[in-house]
Amino acid sequence: MTIALVFLGIILATLLGWLVKQTINTTPWEMEAASDTAHHGPLGGTTDKSKLIALVTFLAVASSFFALILSAYALRMELGDWVPLTEPQLLWMNTVMLIVASIVFQWTRNASVNDQQSRLKPGLMITGVLTLGFVLGQFVAWQQLQNSGQLVSSNPSNAFFYFLTGAHAVHILGGLYVWARATLRVVLGTGSAEGIRRSIELCTIYWHFLLIVWLVLFGLLLST
Amino acid sequence: MSYVAFADRDHEQEHHDPETFFTKYIWSQDHKVIAIQYGLTAIFVGLIALGLSVMMRLQLGFPNEFNFINPEDYYQFITMHGMIMVVYLLTALFLGGFGNYLIPLMCGSRDMVFPYLNMLSYWTYLVSVIILVASFFVDGGATGAGWTLYPPQAISQGTPGIDVGIILMLVSLAVFIVAFTMGGLNYVTTVLQARCKGMTLMRLPLSVWGIFIATILGLLAFPALLVSAIMMLFDKTLMTSFFMPAVSSMGIDPGYSGGSPILFQHLFWFFGHPEVYIVALPAFGIVSDLISTHARKNIFGYRMMVWAIIMIGGLSFVVWAHHMYVSGMNPYFGFFFATTTLIIAVPTAIKVYNWVLTLWEGNIHLRVPMLFSIGFIFTFIHGGLTGLFLGNVTIDLPLSDTYFVVAHFHMVMGVSPVLVVLGAIYHWWPKISGKMYNETLGKWHFWMTFLGAYAIYLPMHYLGFAGVPRRYFAMGNTDFLPDSAQDLNVAITISAIFVAASQLLFFINMIWSLKSGPKSDPNPWDATTLEWHTPDHPPKHGNWGHELPEVHRWAYDYSVPGYEDDFIPQNVGADKVPAGRDRDGEH
Repeated sequence: MTIALVFLGIILATLLGWLVKQTINTTPWEMEAASDTAHHGPLGGTTDKSKLIALVTFLAVASSFFALILSAYALRMELGDWVPLTEPQLLWMNTVMLIVASIVFQWTRNASVNDQQSRLKPGLMITGVLTLGFVLGQFVAWQQLQNSGQLVSSNPSNAFFYFLTGAHAVHILGGLYVWARATLRVVLGTGSAEGIRRSIELCTIYWHFLLIVWLVLFGLLLST
Repeated sequence: MSYVAFADRDHEQEHHDPETFFTKYIWSQDHKVIAIQYGLTAIFVGLIALGLSVMMRLQLGFPNEFNFINPEDYYQFITMHGMIMVVYLLTALFLGGFGNYLIPLMCGSRDMVFPYLNMLSYWTYLVSVIILVASFFVDGGATGAGWTLYPPQAISQGTPGIDVGIILMLVSLAVFIVAFTMGGLNYVTTVLQARCKGMTLMRLPLSVWGIFIATILGLLAFPALLVSAIMMLFDKTLMTSFFMPAVSSMGIDPGYSGGSPILFQHLFWFFGHPEVYIVALPAFGIVSDLISTHARKNIFGYRMMVWAIIMIGGLSFVVWAHHMYVSGMNPYFGFFFATTTLIIAVPTAIKVYNWVLTLWEGNIHLRVPMLFSIGFIFTFIHGGLTGLFLGNVTIDLPLSDTYFVVAHFHMVMGVSPVLVVLGAIYHWWPKISGKMYNETLGKWHFWMTFLGAYAIYLPMHYLGFAGVPRRYFAMGNTDFLPDSAQDLNVAITISAIFVAASQLLFFINMIWSLKSGPKSDPNPWDATTLEWHTPDHPPKHGNWGHELPEVHRWAYDYSVPGYEDDFIPQNVGADKVPAGRDRDGEH
């Protein structure tokens, strides 16, 4: 559980630091004392910032989820029946695809911010194809393992491999759903440039996040 | 974005008020309607769980009388009662119900930031409830693994419901977690982003603070339950061995090997302990507001109260293994977890002292919500003190499997939050329905519930000390127990039936109030917080009419010297209050 605790420690420390900044040295019971530093943020409705905050909060939830699986992984690994799994070589190719997808997404985002509309469609398409390629690649890797007799129930390391890659792939598929909506708007030419830009910005953050999660998972799988 | 810019935008995007019955009450995106949907669903499953507890008590009080309750049923009742009460009733009611209703109104916003997601959250929750309830009716019935669902027994032959029941339970939990995450993202973002002008974090009512921190706990802790539920589903359906050791089950080898049941316990309690505070923190927050309002006095130590909530939230993540003392652990770990557990008593005690100090020299109005709040202080102190016993390894070991533990956790996280729930419903009922309830009937309801709850749980402590084991369908070789233990069990059962039946008063009161109760004043308690100062009563879609409120003070300006009323609403500006008042002003 150390991994989960370290992770939580980081999140809680961030939260705590922010709360200290917000709450210490305010004396709400004094007349108007607090209004000098009053929060004049966006007031209701869905704004850019609230979507960003919701996304970041969700990333905290998702990282908590993965950190806990990793904790379980570390605990289970120490038991006697653990036989390390030899990961299919295909994973390297998948990793490269996901890295490139993330880079292209960043490039698309920059294009969108700089109002280079013509680059959006190819950028989004390449990202989508690469990401879809990653998911398919993971699926093929599963097939390869199955064919070589490495079933999910053969060994706990196998079970964890399927669980981790599956959970990661589900998160990617969720991202692809949002990506598809943004891409559809670009292709059909519906929706404002502003809205599309926001959507692409948030997707990019999510893609980077899932890339980092994958790199951590992949590193762990390789090293054990 | 500045305030003005938004105000402009607010006019542009005229709120499309829902018109048909369906968009208004069923597929509603209005946080108030969603709150009521959450509340009604949660109370509905809660009543099922209440019924189950009566069945269990019938068996325990009169072991040979009720032949229709067999041991399998009993374990299914225990399991479903615990799971429903903790997750599907209290978590859903506090966060989905009160969180939804109070956050936008108290923060001065028009709705949750993502109304559609909010609606989706409720319907997903409803799906999880339906899956859960469906498990009663499948082949083999609901799971009887205990609410902790410990492997290996949860998925081994001999436990009721191992074919379908356990799968439905795990799937239902997973769906619930998805629903909670959608709601939770909304609550956090709304508190952070949608507060009205002047509403600083430190001017938020403590109800919002409690719900806010509890939501963060939930968002970080529920994934642990999700992970363990998925892994157990793997073990059950795909024959993996995450948790399952090599077992021989009724002479058959089911094919597991090497798994670690302790791993499940770690994951489960990593969720399970914060869960206690997911239920407790909203109760803490709400009860602070109730006490302050009905004692006509500002809450004592507001900043301390906020920080106590935050500290309890943080600490709740490092105490989980105190649920696992009997599983065996390195003595140093036991020492560590006992220490952290006892440290939680510090912020908790701060809160209790502050509630009592708020009452001190207050102008106490013993209305129904106040009665429930004071009742909560009693039951919470009571349950908290027994927690100090159980937090210590050496005392926990002999008591862990006895009724002492049942008494402890029912006092601290059963009765206490439920008293707050009831008090809060009475408190906000006029706002929700626009009608008043019958005060006398409410008082009867309080006293019957409060005294009845003591009649149930106080004797259980003695049973625990005497060594009556918990979880047992019937006493086995327990000759060391005096016969009077059974007399006590009979008394407890009668009290339990009495308390369960007395809840009828609550429903009669509320239904009567809806049908023919007198119209309530928009602010019947003379409260300061924003929800009592909406232009419409009860508030309509969009909450604030044309203009958002503007906040000029904290939520606790009660009995301010020199002001005509004994309360100053949060949205009253400085110009309307006589000058010269500050905190050094005469008392």
